[in-house]
Amino acid sequence: MNDNMPRSNLQISSDYRFQWEEAQQCFVLLYPEGMIQLSSTAGEILQRCQQKIVISDLLKSLQKSFPDADELVADVLEFIHDAEQQGWLNRESQEV
Amino acid sequence: MSDAIILASDQKKTLPLWLLAELTYSCPLQCAYCSNPIQYADARANELTTAQWKQVFRDARKLGAVQLGLSGGEPLVRSDLEELIADARSLGFYTNLITSAVGGDEARLASLREAGLDHIQISFQGSDKKLNDYFAGTPSFQHKITMAKAAKKLGFPMVLNFVLHRQNIHQVADMLRLAEEIGADFVELANSQYYGWALKNRTALLPSRQQLIDAEAATNHFRQQHRGKLQVIFVVPDYYEDRPKACCNGWGTTFLTVTPDGTALPCQSAHELPGFEFPNVKEKPLDWIWQKSPLFNDFRSTDWMQEPCKSCPDKEKDLGGCRCQAYLITGDKFATDPVCSLSPQHHKIVEVVEQAQETLPQHQSQPLIFRNPKNAKQFR
Repeated sequence: MNDNMPRSNLQISSDYRFQWEEAQQCFVLLYPEGMIQLSSTAGEILQRCQQKIVISDLLKSLQKSFPDADELVADVLEFIHDAEQQGWLNRESQEV
Repeated sequence: MSDAIILASDQKKTLPLWLLAELTYSCPLQCAYCSNPIQYADARANELTTAQWKQVFRDARKLGAVQLGLSGGEPLVRSDLEELIADARSLGFYTNLITSAVGGDEARLASLREAGLDHIQISFQGSDKKLNDYFAGTPSFQHKITMAKAAKKLGFPMVLNFVLHRQNIHQVADMLRLAEEIGADFVELANSQYYGWALKNRTALLPSRQQLIDAEAATNHFRQQHRGKLQVIFVVPDYYEDRPKACCNGWGTTFLTVTPDGTALPCQSAHELPGFEFPNVKEKPLDWIWQKSPLFNDFRSTDWMQEPCKSCPDKEKDLGGCRCQAYLITGDKFATDPVCSLSPQHHKIVEVVEQAQETLPQHQSQPLIFRNPKNAKQFR
């Protein structure tokens, strides 16, 4: 893991719209003529990335909500990596 | 419309995730492959009102619709388009405008953006003025370019759509260059499929095998050179496949089309099928139409199938293929889609395809029947 990683900002890309879908009972990402249905875990993470959030704060918030989750940090970082690859999340490094 | 919708495979319920609102059949273009019905003359008087469309949006949203395609005809013809977009957006729809861009200007685009439009798809009929304007049936090439550039300037994500056929498919490389120059995010190179107007013009439109091979090669060459920057989708005519595609991602599973007069259909072409009473949103509640109407239910399962579909291991995958294609080619809406090489009537497709391999000039000499009110009246 890059040492700067916890201080980077994350935010959902403006190419996607994130919203709750009552009929599907899940969060989704909408984009031109398409939709990605999110698992509840992915929904919990992305829900916290609607505004810019520092990764360390994101991890704290998730740990607070899910204190019993094993391997939470590793799983979340893996998801963030995938979501960036997919273009769902944008990262902005903070000057320290 | 794009087939590129991404759906999770573990869809628990059947939801009309995609609502296609065909706001009007009026259109300044005359495309000879138009998916609108042949008999569309005099449709203007029966169009749904603004309030009726808003009711459709509300009811569809309750059923789970989330992507909204605003189409036609030419949706810009509707002067209430901004009001409809704003309403749909406030309900949580992702709004996609499917337009030729003809009949609009830059100020109109800005007001659509203001109203909350999410995405715009602009169709071109060729990569240059000559062919575009000939197939559109109206001088529009330069205007389309101006509008597409303006759409990007306003920040819209933008798809450019080219319907391919025998007489423009050689332009694929130029079409892709044009899309790149304009700054499109996505290009659909969609071969015409043969229903409605396109079926009437099939001999003049169906490309040869070699034309398809060359066009796909040009597409792949472009993809390699521009990896990742501009996404391109290439759709082959069904006639050149040997296994059919599931109709609309599965009949009555994902797509709900409402036509200008309020008729609700599982697929844009379903009005061509005989023996159905087509439900209308002016008379029946949308939840009844989606969940209970015979039209939406009759092809939902695999119970309706005949052989060879009935015992086919792929029946859950392709669901017997396109019902409209089956009916239009075989005269039986319950038949296997004749595109399938296992269909006992597959030879009917093979014959048409073989005919398309003949030299170009002979076919080009067959005049196109353009989609316009005068020609529509002939078919009444």
